[in-house]
Amino acid sequence: MASANILEITNLNVGFVTERGTLKALRDVDLTIPNGAIVGVVGESGCGKSTLINSIIGLLANNAQVTSGAMIFEGSDLLSKSEQELRAIRGQRISMVSQDPMTALNPILSIGTQMIDIQYRNASSRDEKRARSINMLSRVGIPDPETRFNDYPHQFSGGMRQRIAIAMALQVEPTLLIADEPTTALDATLEVQIIRRLNDLQQNMGCSILFVSHHLGVIAELCDYVVVMYGGEVVEQGSVRDIFHRASHPYTQKLLECDPASIAQATHSLPTIPGEVPNLDELPSGCIFFDRCDHSYDSCQRSHPRIEQIEAGHWIRCPVLAQQQTS
Amino acid sequence: MLFYFIKRVCLGILTITVAVSVLYTMIHLVPGDPVKTILGPRASPEIQAQIREKMGLNDPLPVQIVRFLGNVAQGDLGQDVFKRKSVNTIVFEQLPHTIYLVLSGIGWAILIGIPLGCFAAVFQNSLIDRIVGILSVSCIAIPTFLVAIYSVLLFAVTLKWLPAIGAGDGSLLSYIRHLVLPAFAVGLGWVGYLARLVRASMLEVMGEAHVRTARAFGLKEQTVVFKYILRLAILPTITLIGMGIGILLSSAVFTEIVFARPGIGRLIYEAVTSRNYPVVMGSVLVTTVLFVVSTTFADLINAIVDPRLRTKD
Amino acid sequence: MSNLVILQKIQRISGAWHGLFRTVQRVAHEPLGALGLFLVVFVLISAIGADWWSTHEPNQINVRAAFASPSLEHFLGTDQLGRDIFSRVLVGGQIALKVSLISIGVALLIGLTLGLIAGFGPRWVDNILMLLFDSVRSFPTVMFALAVVTLFGPSLTTIMIIVIVTQIPIYGRMVRSQTLALKNSEFILTERAIGAGFFRIIFVHMLPNVIGPLLILASMDIPFVITIEAGLSFLGMGVRPPTPSWGTILNDGYSYIYNSPWPVIAGGIPVILTTLGFTFLGESLRDVFDPKLRKDA
Repeated sequence: MASANILEITNLNVGFVTERGTLKALRDVDLTIPNGAIVGVVGESGCGKSTLINSIIGLLANNAQVTSGAMIFEGSDLLSKSEQELRAIRGQRISMVSQDPMTALNPILSIGTQMIDIQYRNASSRDEKRARSINMLSRVGIPDPETRFNDYPHQFSGGMRQRIAIAMALQVEPTLLIADEPTTALDATLEVQIIRRLNDLQQNMGCSILFVSHHLGVIAELCDYVVVMYGGEVVEQGSVRDIFHRASHPYTQKLLECDPASIAQATHSLPTIPGEVPNLDELPSGCIFFDRCDHSYDSCQRSHPRIEQIEAGHWIRCPVLAQQQTS
Repeated sequence: MLFYFIKRVCLGILTITVAVSVLYTMIHLVPGDPVKTILGPRASPEIQAQIREKMGLNDPLPVQIVRFLGNVAQGDLGQDVFKRKSVNTIVFEQLPHTIYLVLSGIGWAILIGIPLGCFAAVFQNSLIDRIVGILSVSCIAIPTFLVAIYSVLLFAVTLKWLPAIGAGDGSLLSYIRHLVLPAFAVGLGWVGYLARLVRASMLEVMGEAHVRTARAFGLKEQTVVFKYILRLAILPTITLIGMGIGILLSSAVFTEIVFARPGIGRLIYEAVTSRNYPVVMGSVLVTTVLFVVSTTFADLINAIVDPRLRTKD
Repeated sequence: MSNLVILQKIQRISGAWHGLFRTVQRVAHEPLGALGLFLVVFVLISAIGADWWSTHEPNQINVRAAFASPSLEHFLGTDQLGRDIFSRVLVGGQIALKVSLISIGVALLIGLTLGLIAGFGPRWVDNILMLLFDSVRSFPTVMFALAVVTLFGPSLTTIMIIVIVTQIPIYGRMVRSQTLALKNSEFILTERAIGAGFFRIIFVHMLPNVIGPLLILASMDIPFVITIEAGLSFLGMGVRPPTPSWGTILNDGYSYIYNSPWPVIAGGIPVILTTLGFTFLGESLRDVFDPKLRKDA
C-alpha cells in the first residue's frame, strides 16, 4: 500500500505564532495522494489550503510551527529535510502552478530565461534545455513557441501565461504537480481549455496532481479523489463519486447545495451557509462546524470529533452522520 | 524603440528652449536698463548705446530670444564680458572637471549604497538593517558642504593625508588624489538615498508572487536574490539618479567652492557674483542640457532594462 | 451658545490635546523618535531663548582674544575677530528657525492653495501647474538661488523667497494628489449629491485628512530648508555680515581653518544636530501615523 502512494501526509499540525496567540492553521490533517491520481482539495478561503501547500513545498512563513506530523514523499519525510534537500526536490520532483498568472512570472526576464533557469540542476546542455522548454510550450498550446521563447510575460494574455506556468512546472517531469487554484483568475472558457490540457498532459506523463480549488465543477470533472477542508481540518474525503453523489458531512452537503451549478430552478435568493468561518486563534472545544450545522447535537459541542470511515475509502469527521450512514 | 528615443530627444530640446527663454526673460525683467545690468554701472553712455545696438537689444524680446537660440544652435554662446574669450571655450574648459567629480561621487555611492540597501532588505529587521537605516538617514540629513568642510578639517588639516585645495598638478595620480575628498563629499548623501531606495524597493519586490514562484521552483537563493529580485528592484534607482542631476549639480557647486576645484559650479558662482552675464547664460544653458541629457539617458536605460516600458508608448 | 455646545467644544479641544499627548508618547517610545524629540526640543529652547543663554554680545569684537579654544569664558571659543562663537551660534539658530518656519509656512499655504486649484480645477490648469512643479523641483536649487540673488541681491529676504519658491511644489503636489483622490471618492460624490458646498467639502472633509501628512512633510522639510539657508549664507548670498547665521560662521571659520578648527566645528555641529533631530523626529512621526510604512509591519 505504501509504495502506491507518492505522498502520504499523516497527522499534520501547523500553527502560526502571532502576538494574539498561536493560530492553528492545520489540525490533524491526513491526506494521501496515490500514484498517478488527481486529488482535489476543496474549501473556502481560510480553510488551510495555502498552508497545506506551503507545508508540502517547505515555504512556510518564519513564524510557522509544525507541531506534529509526517509527510512521506518518495520514501522520506519532507518535514525532516534540510532546506538544501528541499530545494533539490522543488521544481524537480514536486512542481507548482500558482493562482494568479498575471503576477506569477518575473516581469523583466524572458519566459525562455525563466524556463531554462529552472532546469539548472539538469546536466544537459543549454540547447537541450531550450529544446525541452520549447517542446513543452507547444504541448501546452502556445503557438509559435520558437519565436515566442524570447518574449516577456506581459506580451502574453492571462490564459497564455497560465499555460506557460504549467509548461514550466511540467517540463521537468515531476512526480507531483501542485496546482494552487490555477483557474480561479481565468474566465470560464479559458478554464475549460486549461483543465482539458492539464488532464491530457497528466495522462501522458503519469504524474500525480494535487489540485486545490473552490470551484466544485472543475473538481468534479478533473479529480479522482476529493478532500474537503474546513477551518484547518479535513472534514470529508473520498473518491470523487463518494463526495459528489454521497456527500456525508454536513459542510460538504451544504457546499454542494450552494453551488450555483446545482440549482435546478430559477430563484431570486441563492442558498448560503449562515454564519462565519471560525477564528483560528479561538477554536471551539467541540466540532468546528457546530455553529453552522443543521444536524448538530449538544454532544457535538463538547468533544472534538475524530475522522471515521463510513465506507471503503470514504471518511468523514462527523459522529452524528457517520452513525446514520453506517447503521 | 527608436521612435521612443526620438520622442525623448525632441522633448529634451523643447525643455532646453523653454528654460533658456525663461532665463533670458528673467534677466530682462530686472528693473532698470538691461544694458547697465549686463555691463555694470561703470560703462559710459556711448559704450552702452554701442553695445545695445550690437547686442540687438533694441529689437523686441521674442526676436532676441530667437536670435540667441539660433546662435546656440550654431554653437555660439556669446562672449565673456571681461576677458573677451568665447563663452564656449570657458565653459567647456571647466565642464570636464565637474563631470569627473559628479561621476566619481555617484560612482562610489552606487558601489556602497546599493549593496547596503540589498543587505538591509535581505536581513530585514536585523541589527544590520537598523544600522543601515540610521546611517542612511544621517547621510541624507547632513548637508554636502558640511561633509566637505569636515573632511577637509579631518583629512587635510588635521591628518594631512589628502590635499584640500585644487585639482592637482596635472598628473593623473595627483588629479585622482585631489578628487578623493570632493567625490566623498558629493557622494555621501547619495549613499543614504540609494540604500533607502534599494531597501524599500527590494522589500516590495520580495513580497510579490513571482518571487514565491521562483523559490517554489527550487532556484538557488543567490539566484533569486540577485537575478530575480535585485535586478527588478534596481529600476527605481536609475530614475532617481537621472532626476537627481539637479541635486548633484548643487552639491558640485558647494564642493568646488570648498575645495577650490575648477568646474562649472564654481564658474557659475563666480560669474554671477561678478555679474558676468554671458558666462552665466552659457553655463546655465550647458547645465540645462546636461540635465535633459541625464534624464533622457536614465529613461533610455530604464527602457532597455525593463521590457515592459518598451511597448507602452 | 448653550451649555451643551460649550461642553462639546471643550471636549473637542481636550480631545485634540490628548491626541497630541499620545502622539508624543508614541514617538518617544521609539529610540530614534526619542532622540529626535530631545534634539528638537533642545534646539528650540536654545534658539527661542538665545538672548537669555548668550554669554556675550554676538557681534562684540575683541581681536586680542581671536581664535581662542573653548573655555569657561567662551564655551565654543572665539572666531577671527574675537567674537564669542557660542553666542553667535545661538543667534544663528534663531535665524535658521525663523527662516525655516516662516518660509515653510508661506510655502505650505501657497502650495496648499495651488494644490487645491490643480485638483479641483480644469485639466489644463492641472497640467500646467504640474509641469511648473516638476520643472522647479528638478532644477538645481543652487543655480536658481544664484540667479535670484543676482537679480535681488543677497539678504535674508532673498533666501526666504528662494526657499518658498523651491518648496511650494512639494506641498502643492501632495495636496493635489489628496484632492484628486478625494474628488473622486465615493463619499464626496455623495456629499455633492446632497448639495454640500465647495468650501464645506474642503474645510470639513479634506483639510483634516491633509493636515497630518502636511505637518509630517513640513517637519521633514525643516532640515532641508535649514541646510539651504546655511549653504547659501555660506556662499555669501544670505544674511550680510556681521549677522551670525550658521552659514556665515562656517564661511568665516573655513577661511581661517588653519588658524583654528573651532569656528568650523562650532558652526557645523548645530546644523547637524538640528537636521538630524528634525529628520529622526519626522521619520518617527511618519512611522506612528502610517503603520504601513513601519519596518516591522
